[in-house]
Amino acid sequence: MPTLTYRDALNQALREEMQRDPDVFLMGEEVGVYQGAYKVSRGLLDEFGPMRVVDTPITELGFAGVGVGAAMVGLRPVIEFMTWNFALLAVDQLVNSAAKMRYMSNGQVGVPAVFRGPGGSALQLASQHSQAFESWYAHIPGLKVVMPATPADAKGLLKSAIRDDNPVIFIEGEMLYNVKGDVPEGEHVVPLGRADVKREGNDVTIICHSKTVGVSLKAAEQLAQDGINAEVLDLRTIRPLDTEAVLNSVARTHRCVVVEEGWPFAGIGAQVVDTIQREVFDELDAPVLRVTGADVPMPYNKQLEKAAKADPAKVISAVNQVLYRE
Amino acid sequence: MASSAAPRTKAKAKGLDPARADEYRGWLRQMLLIRRFEEKAGEAYSLGKIGGFCHLYIGQEAVAVGSLAALGTDDYITCSYREHGHALARGISAQAVMAELFGKAEGCTGGKGGSMHLFDASLGFLGGHGIVGGHIPLTTGMAFAAKYRGTSQVAVCYFGEAAVNNGAFHEALNMAALWKLPAIYLCENNRYGMGTALERASALYDISERACSYDMANEVVDGQDVLTMNAAMERAVQRARNEKLPTLLEVRTYRFMGHSMSDPIHGHYRTREEVEDQRKRDPISVWSQRLIADGLMDEEAVRAMDKSVLEEVEEAYQFADQAPDPAPEELYTHVYAEGTA
Repeated sequence: MPTLTYRDALNQALREEMQRDPDVFLMGEEVGVYQGAYKVSRGLLDEFGPMRVVDTPITELGFAGVGVGAAMVGLRPVIEFMTWNFALLAVDQLVNSAAKMRYMSNGQVGVPAVFRGPGGSALQLASQHSQAFESWYAHIPGLKVVMPATPADAKGLLKSAIRDDNPVIFIEGEMLYNVKGDVPEGEHVVPLGRADVKREGNDVTIICHSKTVGVSLKAAEQLAQDGINAEVLDLRTIRPLDTEAVLNSVARTHRCVVVEEGWPFAGIGAQVVDTIQREVFDELDAPVLRVTGADVPMPYNKQLEKAAKADPAKVISAVNQVLYRE
Repeated sequence: MASSAAPRTKAKAKGLDPARADEYRGWLRQMLLIRRFEEKAGEAYSLGKIGGFCHLYIGQEAVAVGSLAALGTDDYITCSYREHGHALARGISAQAVMAELFGKAEGCTGGKGGSMHLFDASLGFLGGHGIVGGHIPLTTGMAFAAKYRGTSQVAVCYFGEAAVNNGAFHEALNMAALWKLPAIYLCENNRYGMGTALERASALYDISERACSYDMANEVVDGQDVLTMNAAMERAVQRARNEKLPTLLEVRTYRFMGHSMSDPIHGHYRTREEVEDQRKRDPISVWSQRLIADGLMDEEAVRAMDKSVLEEVEEAYQFADQAPDPAPEELYTHVYAEGTA
């Protein structure tokens, strides 16, 4: 199986879907001539031409709306935001137009569009460029929210997102673009709404997504040296949430830590914990703990930034607490 | 205070083309239907049969009727939340629109959309939209789709003059001009964004001049004269369909009623005298008098037409009143595409 970067896996998914379906096009800032701010769209302009790989002005509200409008009449746009931080300007189109169109029109008009780009923090980009917004979009009925952690999932989930008839918020990890992994060639499709066990274990379930999958796997390796066998469950799709996978794992391990990059208040973990306490309360041997980003705007200083992020040490500490070892 | 209707373009004073007599009479009927429908909707609102917001179109009928008459059946239309008139003029039945205002299952969006979100995809009528200016980029996207597919379709966006101060307007028009898209941006300048007069909200009084920022064709149109409106729209449609270029039409009109049913007709923001003065150019009177003057109708025919319209509206009211509410399980349908949630 070929080894690809996360970036090239996304590129492969886009290329294959654009070859498969002439209604699929890519639109966004720097996607064409510049070959993508993060090079996800490298080579696509040459292959598909300027009508299908469309450079836009810096006008997020505008081109998000163009994508919704084109999708309303049957095209399948992939709208790239240079980062999800900039997509704040487009939230009206995502929430008021994309998410509600099918419902308001009583099923007459759908929006089969993908809105994608990197989310979360990178390195020392400071407050306005280091934000994880998945809980905002996951809050909205009508949207799906997808966050791949590995190159194989990046390819398979993007292909599914493009084929889905609903608006899909597809949040990539800015720090994941260079991560390498095995990626199946050709028709590799990962269904939306299915979590994936990235590491099996029996002592505790660590639930995570996107960048925090790597964080959790590192924590699990260190815990293993200490005799703790942690299961790492990658949600992959935030909405619809794979409740069954979450409950099955927690019912087996009886202990759980939920890890996410975003802020704690009303975060993804809050939703996951709510589901667990309602459905498998009697299976729990300890309260479920959460590891999140610090509840502050992201600072620039390297040490402060490190302190603000979820990392393996914080995950290990939380696991030790739910195992009553701390 | 400047007059709302200060047209640069006027219909030629020559007689109406008798070959289009049926079409011209049809326009009068559509305008009458909108007027009587809206009067009935206002009545139903007062009786509590219509809830939420209800923005009436009375006074602006010639804009929707004259402009929509210039479109083809495959073209795309989006509107703001003051769109009952456009829906009727495009051909959604009075029954389906009234039932929607009543929130009933037989409404054109099954009772889920209401007054502000009328849709009929089979007619290319792609929504009333409730956020000022939010639907303008959608229309640019529909025009993009027409170009992408190489069809001759045109996408038309109706919005009020208050929307032009919104970023969405600027972003959408810039892209349409940049990419040479077959879009028509039809600004219904009724002079007030709710209670704020145009000159209190916009640094530039002539909205048409904003098109210069995008090197876009533009025109100021007298929206109280349905024939003038139609002729201007035909020019814009021709430009979009044949030259693949967008147009900004600034259509000067006037809202005879309050912003919504819960707002006064006049008060702090405009005087009774101003409203009464504007009512002298009622688009229905302007057009019916023209048809009579040119011998295409007589007073009696106009009265008979009005009577048949009143009957149609009464039937729509009865239909809506008696239609069932949506089934309780409809609460959860159409959130996601079927079988994909």
